Amino acid sequence: MTLIYLICAFVIAGLLLINRNTVLNYIMVILFGIIQTGFTIYAGFHYKNTVLEYFSFDSLGLLLLVALSIVTIPALIHSYLYIKRHNETPQSRAIYFSAIVILLTSISAAYLANHIAVIWIFTEMTTLSASMLIYHHRNKLALEGTWKYVFICAISITFVFIGILFLSLSLQHAGSTDLSFSNLMAHKDQLNTFWLKLAFLFIFTGFTAKLGLVPMYTAGIDAKDKAPAPAGALLASVLMNLGFVGIFRFYAVIAHTSIFHWANLIIFFAAFISIFVATVYMTKVMNIKRMLAYSGIEHMGIVMLGIAAGGIGYYAAILHIILHTFVKSGIFFQYNQLYRTFQSKSIQHVGNYFKYNPTGAIVLLIGFISATAMPPSGLFVSEFLIFKSLFDGNYIVLLVLVLLLLTIVIWAFGKNILKILFLPVPDIDESKIPKISPWESLTQYVLMFTAIWLGLNPPAIFVQLIQDAVKILPN
Amino acid sequence: MTNVLLIIFIISLLYVAIANRIITYVRVLALQGCLLFGVTFLQLREIQTWNLVLILLETIVFKAVAVPVFLGYLIKRNKITRETEPYLPHFISLIIITMIVVITVLLANSIQDTHLDKIFFIVSLSTLFTGLYFIATRKKIITHVMGYLMIENGVFVLSLAVGNEMPNLVNLGIMLDVFASVLILGIFLNKIGDVFKDVDVDKLTNLKDY
Repeated sequence: MTLIYLICAFVIAGLLLINRNTVLNYIMVILFGIIQTGFTIYAGFHYKNTVLEYFSFDSLGLLLLVALSIVTIPALIHSYLYIKRHNETPQSRAIYFSAIVILLTSISAAYLANHIAVIWIFTEMTTLSASMLIYHHRNKLALEGTWKYVFICAISITFVFIGILFLSLSLQHAGSTDLSFSNLMAHKDQLNTFWLKLAFLFIFTGFTAKLGLVPMYTAGIDAKDKAPAPAGALLASVLMNLGFVGIFRFYAVIAHTSIFHWANLIIFFAAFISIFVATVYMTKVMNIKRMLAYSGIEHMGIVMLGIAAGGIGYYAAILHIILHTFVKSGIFFQYNQLYRTFQSKSIQHVGNYFKYNPTGAIVLLIGFISATAMPPSGLFVSEFLIFKSLFDGNYIVLLVLVLLLLTIVIWAFGKNILKILFLPVPDIDESKIPKISPWESLTQYVLMFTAIWLGLNPPAIFVQLIQDAVKILPN
Repeated sequence: MTNVLLIIFIISLLYVAIANRIITYVRVLALQGCLLFGVTFLQLREIQTWNLVLILLETIVFKAVAVPVFLGYLIKRNKITRETEPYLPHFISLIIITMIVVITVLLANSIQDTHLDKIFFIVSLSTLFTGLYFIATRKKIITHVMGYLMIENGVFVLSLAVGNEMPNLVNLGIMLDVFASVLILGIFLNKIGDVFKDVDVDKLTNLKDY
């Protein structure tokens, strides 16, 4: 079934690329949506199985796959609306949908991969397909953003490969060559720590390009800004989770070796600097999409703090990353309507959104409450648990600093969002503002309320899956 | 014999440091591809057809022929001027790259490991850092791509140093990915040439937060 899924998805992507007929295009996109959902259900029924040697349906992979499939449907719907409204040529539409299908398929495959080199291959494929999405508008700025994204990701992915080579050197000391995670776990006591340290440094640095942490976060910001909003939603949510998967699976092995504390120090450092950088940029940023992207950097910093702090932090980190997937993609979907209303990305030219589109404004308001982790949002729960884990781990100074930075983030984010929602802009031609159907915000409401529901009243199976995913880490 | 090839490889790095024309970079990359084939061929313990085809494809066809031809096409199509336009003088580049080589030699000698082939390790690390150095100090975008290719060469040598056989399927995937990324970089370089009329990194500074 996995092979069928991969082949079908790539065949669909190929057909989408050569097809120029509108109806056929949408039939194939719907078909992909069905296949993606079907595969997710199949994965759910074959929990803990290994297929095709390189893919296992484990808890973390399954959780993120389900999150991805939930985001896929609104992403396809909003892409459809986006393409229809922009009167795209059949060629640019073909490239757009083909790239989105390849992107989603390779992310799904990378979530489930149990061999570090297989994750590598699919991560590289996401770079290539994402580049086509970022370049969608074919103008100077898009070109610049794409070039930076492709180049930085290409270097990062090479770093990951170097890390994999060092890892295999480390593994040779244990008398083994198989780089699957289960085999690494089996030889965890015999790994050579010197090479393992180098491997961790390189693999961590490489995956930060996808995850969005210091040092490689820069390319992702430009990418989310220049890609069309429905594609940007995918880049800002499920693609960041891919970086998390890459780091988390390797970290789970590291956690059982003697360099565990050293690795935690590195993660603490990168996470804290990321939050700091995000805060600094959030206070001065004027481009709404970039502001949302920086908010993503801040959230990933918080997630990695939870991972490094340990204890309840592991559980909270995975909960946080899943809730963030729903919230951030929801805001990005809504952003597109905001842009249509005001025809500008700059906060200076946008205001009084409540007057023009109350339904959409409420989405932004809920999104703001969620993204800044205020109660009653689900992210409040996960962030609170992460802070608790920092407190339990006696990282008081770090906790105070992070809380201070987050206060500034809330101030900056709030200042901008409240301006967008309530403050009127002086010279605006109200006759040019289009009427937007409230139904277009429906999927955003679903995503937002899913995040709230999962945070406040998580179903037992969801909790069980997360606990199962973090069971491989020491307590 | 392997050592001779690897030492020529290091010399090629020093040669690139003082090279004044872009076409020299392309030639050196082609030469490095041939050297890599020689090194890999000598490393083979037993010759299997499938393995040999894969190596031939990866080194000779891809690194020594396809990529240099593609780069030559890019240079011609975008009318890229012949000078490499470094930010630093060639003499300083030469010194820095020599320093890189010396430091990696010292580093490699401080590591006690029977699983590691030292000379491979030195060559790979110096190529890696040289590539990064080229990316940092050259003005033209195409030299950035060449720096990336040099890093890829360094990684290739490192994979020989490690001597771990990945499954063939994984190897093939890695090769295709690298090839695709070079192709994509080339395509976008063409676009940049069309849109900006001048292929310098200085032009790519328009994305801002406000």
